[in-house]
Amino acid sequence: MGSKANWVLSLGVLAGAAAGLGLYTFVYAKGGSYLTNDPAACANCHVMREYYDAWLKSPHRSVAACNDCHTPHTLVPKYLTKASNGWHHSFAFTSGRFPDQLHIKARNEAVTEQACRSCHEPIVQAIDAGHGGGISCIRCHASVGHLR
Amino acid sequence: MTPTGSPGPGLSNRRLALITGLVLAVVIVGVVALLVNIFERKQEGRNPFYRVVELDDTTEDPAIWGKNFPFQYDGYKRTVDQVRTRFGGSEAVPRTPTAADPRSIVAQSKLEADPRLKVMWAGYAFAKDFREERGHAFMLEDQTFTERQVVVKQPGTCMQCHGSIYVPYKKLGDGDLTRGFEKMNQMSYAEARKLVSHPIACIDCHDPGTMALRVTRPAFLEGMRALKASQGIPNYDVNAMATRQEMRAFVCGQCHVEYYFKGPEKRLVYPWAKGLSADSILAYYGESHHKDWVHATTGAPVLKAQHPEFEMWNQGIHARSGVTCADCHMPYMRVGGLKISDHHVRSPLLNINRACQQCHAWPEEELKARVERIQERTFELRNRAMNALVDLIHDLEAAQQAGKSDAELERARTLQRQGQFLLDFVEAENSSGFHAPQEAARILGESIDLCRQGQLALRGFTVTRAGSPAAAGAGTH
Repeated sequence: MGSKANWVLSLGVLAGAAAGLGLYTFVYAKGGSYLTNDPAACANCHVMREYYDAWLKSPHRSVAACNDCHTPHTLVPKYLTKASNGWHHSFAFTSGRFPDQLHIKARNEAVTEQACRSCHEPIVQAIDAGHGGGISCIRCHASVGHLR
Repeated sequence: MTPTGSPGPGLSNRRLALITGLVLAVVIVGVVALLVNIFERKQEGRNPFYRVVELDDTTEDPAIWGKNFPFQYDGYKRTVDQVRTRFGGSEAVPRTPTAADPRSIVAQSKLEADPRLKVMWAGYAFAKDFREERGHAFMLEDQTFTERQVVVKQPGTCMQCHGSIYVPYKKLGDGDLTRGFEKMNQMSYAEARKLVSHPIACIDCHDPGTMALRVTRPAFLEGMRALKASQGIPNYDVNAMATRQEMRAFVCGQCHVEYYFKGPEKRLVYPWAKGLSADSILAYYGESHHKDWVHATTGAPVLKAQHPEFEMWNQGIHARSGVTCADCHMPYMRVGGLKISDHHVRSPLLNINRACQQCHAWPEEELKARVERIQERTFELRNRAMNALVDLIHDLEAAQQAGKSDAELERARTLQRQGQFLLDFVEAENSSGFHAPQEAARILGESIDLCRQGQLALRGFTVTRAGSPAAAGAGTH
């Protein structure tokens, strides 16, 4: 009994420490801001500064913020995408394993492509009809959101 | 139930607890690592630099500047690397040090890689010793100990671009940069060498008070003034009138250019008074009747082209788009929360992510393949031009031995001078054509044409303006 109680106690301490540290880190890193739609939150990290600056000068600045193009438009997939990106970014920045010039990965590119199509549906349908679909919007309109 | 009974569930509980504990420990490590990382980035973002020492216009030693700018200084010190690219970059070759030359490592010899260069430069010091250039860190050492110094007495003029010269010029000229420049030009290399202690350093490109870019080479200031005057802009002053983006090319253009030593006072001059293109420079030399030496085999008054990177870049699409030397050779990089220019100046092919992918969204392999294809094409054409020149030189030699007079040889010698300079312009330029691919091909095409015309001239043919050959005299073949 005694040894079992010790185990439970140790686990409790560890779990408490993890939760406490996690909470502190969350607040210190302005974790709450990432749950909002405020584009400035994305520039919490220095890495995003230039993309944010470029977006401020882009044609989309008054109609679409970061989340409008980089997350899905429905609630659950939106926060799943945020969670997955948050995890990957935290891991990459903490381990330092990421290139200076960032490249969007396939999954996020699909999200963005879908975002273009959801707002510009009528015109995109007309284009797709002529080309059999499958043309990526951002292949040609690479700088509508921000310069890469 | 009993303390000692049924070990099964007790052990598995303990194992479960152990695993949970380990997982929690890993989570805590991860969270702490993230926390510390965010903390560090926030601290770095707060102060872009710390002023540890005071810098002024006499602070020559880059190590002192490095105390205020440690990341830039780290990069600067890395220019000792010797890394090959497909067509450039230096390779470390061991050599036995001698009393005259204590270097134990040098770069590969270009003369051995292509012996036709010796034919082209016959009678000139470059035919004796010419190696692949190494990084900035070696500029002073390699110039001090090249065998060219032994063959020909080099002037103090060379020092403008082979050392940190701003402070020595100022001292020598009693505070007047141009006066110091003029005085050092007239010294011997050995005398001038004693006044210089570092290869290119921070103060050669940066104002110590503001860190703004600053041109410190009098020959560049004068060359740009002459160029701008030819474009109708009088009294152009680089340091007062150039934009910040232009300065990111001009500080490099201070040295990576074509030049010659003018007159007995050996004044360093950049031949830009008629324009920056190879043809404009050739026309300038034609008018001023300048020659670098007399070709030992043919007697032609020939010219040596020297690393015209700045001029070639000016003819290319990157210059046209406002992309400067620093954008590709010193691209922005992140160090923690800071963004700095990479002071490890090197081939962009060794740094494709930062150098190219800022603008070109293609995979690294694709970008590298594109560049190398351009360089392969240039190299192929360069080899054809080299053959044409060597053929002309051999023909001239034979004609001389056959007893032809100077008057009979003059036309062919002039064509050698022109064709050779244009070939050398591409050969000496350190990008194997990449800085302006079509211009490099155009220059090489012109060079081949001129050399073959020279051969025709020796056989009594002249080429009309329309480009079709016509026999000049009957009887000659």
